[in-house]
Amino acid sequence: MWGIIRQRAACKGNHASNLEQGIRAIALRTFSSSAKQMTVRDALNSALDEEMSADPKVFIMGEEVGEYQGAYKISKGLLDKYGPDRVVDTPITEAGFAGIGVGAAYYGLRPVIEFMTFNFSMQAIDHIINSAAKSNYMSAGQISVPIVFRGPNGAAAGVGAQHSQCYAAWYGAIPGLKVLAPYSSEDARGLLKAAIRDPDPVVFLENELLYGESFPISDEVLDSSFSLPIGKAKIEREGKDVTITAFSKMVGYALQAADILAKEGINAEVINLRTIRPLDRSTINSSVRKTNRLVTVEEGFPQHGVGAEICATVVEDSFEYLDAPVERIAGADVPMPYAANLERMAVPQVEDIVRAAKRACYRSH
Amino acid sequence: MACSATTRIIHNPLAISSSRSAEKSDFSCKILSPSSFWGSASLGKKLLSVNKAISPISRRSATVVAVSDVVKEKKLKSSSSVSNLLITKEEGLVLYEDMVLGRAFEDMCAQMYYRGKMFGFVHLYNGQEAVSTGFIKLLKKEDCVVSTYRDHVHALSKGVPARQVMSELFGKTTGCCRGQGGSMHMFSKEHNVLGGFAFIGEGIPVATGAAFTSKYKREVLKEDCDEVTLAFFGDGTCNNGQFFECLNMAALWKLPIVFVVENNLWAIGMSHLRATSDPEIWKKGPAFGMPGVHVDGMDVLKVREVAIEAVGRARRGEGPTLVECETYRFRGHSLADPDELRDPAEKAHYATRDPITALKKYILENKLASEAELKAIEKKIDEVVEDSVEFADKSPVPARSQLLENVFADPRGFGIGPDGKYRCEDPKFTEGTAQV
Repeated sequence: MWGIIRQRAACKGNHASNLEQGIRAIALRTFSSSAKQMTVRDALNSALDEEMSADPKVFIMGEEVGEYQGAYKISKGLLDKYGPDRVVDTPITEAGFAGIGVGAAYYGLRPVIEFMTFNFSMQAIDHIINSAAKSNYMSAGQISVPIVFRGPNGAAAGVGAQHSQCYAAWYGAIPGLKVLAPYSSEDARGLLKAAIRDPDPVVFLENELLYGESFPISDEVLDSSFSLPIGKAKIEREGKDVTITAFSKMVGYALQAADILAKEGINAEVINLRTIRPLDRSTINSSVRKTNRLVTVEEGFPQHGVGAEICATVVEDSFEYLDAPVERIAGADVPMPYAANLERMAVPQVEDIVRAAKRACYRSH
Repeated sequence: MACSATTRIIHNPLAISSSRSAEKSDFSCKILSPSSFWGSASLGKKLLSVNKAISPISRRSATVVAVSDVVKEKKLKSSSSVSNLLITKEEGLVLYEDMVLGRAFEDMCAQMYYRGKMFGFVHLYNGQEAVSTGFIKLLKKEDCVVSTYRDHVHALSKGVPARQVMSELFGKTTGCCRGQGGSMHMFSKEHNVLGGFAFIGEGIPVATGAAFTSKYKREVLKEDCDEVTLAFFGDGTCNNGQFFECLNMAALWKLPIVFVVENNLWAIGMSHLRATSDPEIWKKGPAFGMPGVHVDGMDVLKVREVAIEAVGRARRGEGPTLVECETYRFRGHSLADPDELRDPAEKAHYATRDPITALKKYILENKLASEAELKAIEKKIDEVVEDSVEFADKSPVPARSQLLENVFADPRGFGIGPDGKYRCEDPKFTEGTAQV
């Protein structure tokens, strides 16, 4: 159902196809002039490749990143290219190798630590927060930690409760961390490059179901010095009736919902947050001041979630502009069930977003 | 009886080195009974484990033989003959001064705490100075030290000025972390003190990472780098998962690190023997393929001997070593600890083994320096500590604007642009309200 995500500028009649071979994007030229297509997986792989070749201090460490070519094949081909000293397969010791990455970052290298999923990062969360995020502050700027923790976040398909949690809200609460959540290939490439070059600890939340998704990208994105700014959201679709904020996979759903709403005369503005921390409050607020209604969409648990923060920030800064209460769409407040129909109910779907937007516009009856 | 078994084997060095495999297993079972742990009559006997039999890769343990042989020879000949002294006069004075500094500083911290100048959690190092001095005085400036919350003396030994440490404890802006770290988080980039961690076991992977960096610099970046990292932690940490994870990875990748266990037998109020299934921590090294060494941590010269070999191993690229130093803390776990669970007899016993008194005795007996010189050092240290307190007192508290500083290294949190500079410095980048 989540099949094909179409962008505004999508090439006509061009199906997104998964390109498994090669590291560089292979152009799937269509008859319309533009876009090359690139999967998120290839985008991440190419970003890692380019950053590793540009700076010899960058290295990758994690489970199965080397000989297995990456648990989700994100680091495919990198072991052959850079050798086992720079693409380090670890034993199953999240706390250990996350800490080793932090120590290496303290002392001058630029590690990229991969968690097979962010659920496993809970075993290493002490290092992400206490020894990475807080160090620049505790040492008064002496020791900065240029580390990237990356991996898939959020629900996949049918993987059960312990493999499906979204960690954006937890990591987004920590001062000293930058938390990024890309959606498209352009986001993935640009943000990962920015994260690796960044002097601060970055938590890079990918999404397993998006890895195989193909998106059109421009030549500018393929340039090796391309990077996106951190802390800036992107307005994926402009509108004037209701603002829908989302990140990661939910951006795709929000765009689909916006298409459905457009048919009913509601012109929705979709904001792709891109960065959870530091949150781009100015973009969100100016959008709400324009549309006067807000729907926040996220996949994680509702309490203390990203949507709660966005709602609070809008109430604080743009209260007089709100014409309706803020609608929060989040995952169900239960551990993720396994059965397919229950799982579908536990994760937001396009219809939920559509209904929420209509409620915000006082159009539901 | 355990004691006599110990004595017997130590005086038969040849028996040990030659028939290592056979004797090793009984060796380890016989000698260390719990009572021998508490500094029994066989004071300061060193027990060294060589894992040649168990480890399938014999090359790793080859050089540990050198430790046991070198040290055993010295022990046999240690009848105070002048030609076989373990240290020169200069080294002796350096060691003495460092230990006295550690002791005087910590005593001053206690005073200041009870006067209200210092607050929060303060963990003092009295009694354990031999470990810090014995190891850290062998390091270069580029070598790293990673410690726990009991880190004042590690920072001092590594070279952080006493003034900066005292100001940090007072919470003043002239402290080594500008007052933002505190007692448990001493960081110094200049002296390569990588913290100061409050969670036990948290520093071990960080230290392993710094060692990984040394190796990476040497092998991938092809720099001339033989920097070594020391990780200090206690007996309680040795039951923690991260410790084992790092022993495994350090031995697997042969990282230049020395794991120094400051076994002071107590984790707050939990006795090591109540908490650990096998209290002999040095044995955990060979289980992971690295040598495990037990040394009397109340004797700085013995610690130094073992340290020379362990640090040397790491520098030569032969991999990690686990060194268990049996030591004792004279004060409670922290200044808030009433310290009721420890037996006063035990405390009295260890007080007689004070490392500073022991070194002083050694220096004077071997005529390395005179009483007057040692007194001069003590006086100098008193002045240094007094001066540091005055300096800290007079220093200003942090400005209000300092609250929000240093959260990120990147000034506005917008990341780095394609040209390699911070985006916020690019005048064309529209300013957002991203809060740092």
